[in-house]
Amino acid sequence: MNGGGGASIASGRLARLVVLALPYLWLLLFFLLPFLIVAKIALSEIAVGIPPYAPILRWTEENVLTVVLNFGSFATLLEDGFYLDAYLRSLRVAGISALLCLLVGYPMAYAIARAPEHRRNLLLLLVVLPFWTSFLLRVMAWIGILQDQGVLNALLLSLGLISEPLRLLYTEGAVYVGIVYCYLPFMVLPLYATLAKLDPVLLEAAADLGARPFRAFLTVTLPLSMPGILAGCMLVFIPAVGEFVIPELLGGPAAQLAGRVLWVEFFQNRDWPMASALAVALLVLLVVPIAAFQRHAARRGRA
Amino acid sequence: MSRRLPWLGLALGAGYAFLYLPIALLVLLSFNDSRLVTSWTGFSFRWYTALWNNDQLVGAAILSLRIAAVSATGALVLGTLAGFALARLGAFRGRTLFGAMVASPLVMPEVITGLSLLLLFVALAAVTGWPGERGVTTITIAHITFATAYVAVVVQSRLADFDESLEEAAMDLGARPWTVFATITLPLIAPALASGWLLAFTLSLDDLVIASFTSGPGATTLPMVVFSAMRLGLTPELFALATIIIAMVSVCLVLALRLGRVASAAARV
Amino acid sequence: MPPGNGPAPRGPGGQKGTEPWRDPEAEPYLRLRGLTRRFGEVTAVADIDLDIYRGELFALLGGSGSGKSTLLRMLAGFERPDAGTITLDGQDLAAMPPYERPVNMMFQSYALFPHMTVAQNIGYGLKQEGLGRSEIAARVAEALELVQLKGLDARRPHALSGGQRQRVALARSLVKRPKLLLLDEPLGALDKSLREATQFELVNIQERTGTTFIMVTHDQEEAMTMATRIAVMTDGRLAQVGTPAEVYEYPTSRFVASFLGTANIFEGLVKRADATGALVESTAFDAWFESDSDPPKPEGGRVFVAVRPEKMRIETAAAETQPHGANRLSGTVRDIAYYGDFVMYVVALPDGSVVRVSRPTETRITELPITWNDPVTVTWPSFATVVLAQ
Repeated sequence: MNGGGGASIASGRLARLVVLALPYLWLLLFFLLPFLIVAKIALSEIAVGIPPYAPILRWTEENVLTVVLNFGSFATLLEDGFYLDAYLRSLRVAGISALLCLLVGYPMAYAIARAPEHRRNLLLLLVVLPFWTSFLLRVMAWIGILQDQGVLNALLLSLGLISEPLRLLYTEGAVYVGIVYCYLPFMVLPLYATLAKLDPVLLEAAADLGARPFRAFLTVTLPLSMPGILAGCMLVFIPAVGEFVIPELLGGPAAQLAGRVLWVEFFQNRDWPMASALAVALLVLLVVPIAAFQRHAARRGRA
Repeated sequence: MSRRLPWLGLALGAGYAFLYLPIALLVLLSFNDSRLVTSWTGFSFRWYTALWNNDQLVGAAILSLRIAAVSATGALVLGTLAGFALARLGAFRGRTLFGAMVASPLVMPEVITGLSLLLLFVALAAVTGWPGERGVTTITIAHITFATAYVAVVVQSRLADFDESLEEAAMDLGARPWTVFATITLPLIAPALASGWLLAFTLSLDDLVIASFTSGPGATTLPMVVFSAMRLGLTPELFALATIIIAMVSVCLVLALRLGRVASAAARV
Repeated sequence: MPPGNGPAPRGPGGQKGTEPWRDPEAEPYLRLRGLTRRFGEVTAVADIDLDIYRGELFALLGGSGSGKSTLLRMLAGFERPDAGTITLDGQDLAAMPPYERPVNMMFQSYALFPHMTVAQNIGYGLKQEGLGRSEIAARVAEALELVQLKGLDARRPHALSGGQRQRVALARSLVKRPKLLLLDEPLGALDKSLREATQFELVNIQERTGTTFIMVTHDQEEAMTMATRIAVMTDGRLAQVGTPAEVYEYPTSRFVASFLGTANIFEGLVKRADATGALVESTAFDAWFESDSDPPKPEGGRVFVAVRPEKMRIETAAAETQPHGANRLSGTVRDIAYYGDFVMYVVALPDGSVVRVSRPTETRITELPITWNDPVTVTWPSFATVVLAQ
């Protein structure tokens, strides 16, 4: 009804301009422009100096402005198996983590959505609460649990189940535990949002038409919660691909993932063009899932 | 329904155990007299005393709190404006780009955000001479940028279910646009603004990666100190720090629930 | 506009004082001229001219998308007209923002401010006028008394029942003593049981305060029972404007005839047209329709006629083959619907079309005298035949 009503609050031209211009300019300057600079530096040569890369626009000795593009970083990225391995490993670890999150999160979200209405908010809050405490310190708790002289090994030893400590920390398994632990709320929230909207009458209708509970779940609940599943998986998968802290602290030397490789390239090797090339590659890798997520967010914003 | 599906309750219980046992462990170990995580030698506050006397940790904590407060406030302003623009301005030129820029930081890997902002600051310094030295200011700008996205999402979704006829009714009763905003819109979205600010504050306080990229020699935030300490091994001092953070979050939560009950009662019409 | 022989006027005696629209000298209070509003390709309100008089309870009746709400929102100032003028009591409103108009609105959702008490809600508009604390308190108390909500002033909207909220919304929009009160589906959110009582109460309050009301509704019963006059809207235009009895008994178009109540509509050619009435010959089958009012078209013109089911009589016929005649049709009963207070027969004519005839259940019946597949004759008096202009 309220189509282009001329009287809405933000209709004053000046108010409109201020509301829009401030965040717009900020994001252009501090979000979009930096990406362009990353792309530029990815095409520069490494140099000794501050900053440690050579400009791509240079004056030659004949006073001609020339563009020197260096695809060396990208070439290295493709030729050196180390980087490709790291990216493939990142995709695999992020994918498996998203699936594990789904397996843990779906029953939780489903149980919360089916809980009595007055209790749902509290149950949901309990899922989100750990997110508000420090990320690093939560990872630290897992080090305490998983390390060779850690709580879990001590428990297993005292129960006589094992005779010497198991190697739990610094394994890929530890990385999965860490990612699932830290990202679980991002899976449960969108799942809950779609499951709570699901009309229980639909399940009654399915039962009335002869579907057993499990079949009704497979044919009604699961397809209808697909948007939540997709959103949740994106929210876990995308940041997990670029995750640095968890593989660094729980993963050990074998867990070379994209985010960690980029960090090392930048902070230890001080190869800014290579780090930038890695960032561009990471972005290219994530552009499809990010676009999918944005379309989902836009659709939800309109509804 | 839940009575017929006992495994659902079981799954929920197991999920909460998974989420909370590690946290409980942290709290417990912070009171352990021993330095080892596997042996309980007695109840003690000694790690809290040690934490209090650790000037590096305390200083970093104060710095982080300052950065978080400023960033959250900046992100609140920008994010509220952005949320309003997306929810209320309808179609405008560049809306798609704007929407993408607002939503992207939510999923952007931190290493990319951090690296790109650092490179921006370096390039800006080369061209304009600002920022001369990276530190608190650059970290704050970086945090404002990614926290803005979170605030914008919170505000936009609150405005999406805001009944605009309330504003029309106020205008119909003689209130001018700014009065409408101050007496109707603002009080009704205040809870969303408060949770947006808290979210931005927490994100800033918790950030390691972006701060590491955009920080300079003089500015070491709490997560940076904790991270380098953790690389050297676990110390019960860090457990004590974790316990204090958990306690603070719990207190905030109880307060927020009290406030939230009033707000949700008011919103339930 | 009213036909020559004039319908029974609403109100006692139909003096000029109560029916100013019959008085050519009377000055309209609200005057709309050429009012138009487009949304992109769609014209929501198309070139509307309308006069409304002081003290009226005027109903805009139409389906969804008819433009009635857009028209109301233009009066309130939430939509800007693309063309046309709005004049209220000699004052041009078109360029005035909502917060300056001497017009208030009662919203369909009530739009009560959830963070304010009942008293604060009602006092909100007075506060904007800059009135003093004590005067606001006095006026709020007066308004609460008017809508019988004394003692609830400290409650919040969420602690009120649906009916109470409706009253608060009414009090809030009336307390500023607007020249014009707009009501958007005022009873739409109420239970059926509450609705009738509230209808009478709204009319009562309107008469007591003397305020001019314009009400938007999609419910024809609501419009018929409450309004002094009704404007039936479709596709952004006014299909017909008149008293409830006029638009029901003398519809001018097929749309109005079938939108308000039920009507049987037949197509035909005008055979005879003079001051005593008209004769129309059916083009579908061998029958004539006699009317005692002037036809809108001359002899030979193609017209539609409408006949209301309750004005028809249905009788068992001796034989199925009885021919049609003047205001008489023959057919067989195809369907019967029992409504309690009346029975609706659906009679199939030989050409396949159907006629609806209702019969009041004056006596207690357990078995209907006319039943399925009975051959029947349907007849009606000539005053019941309405020749439509469109």
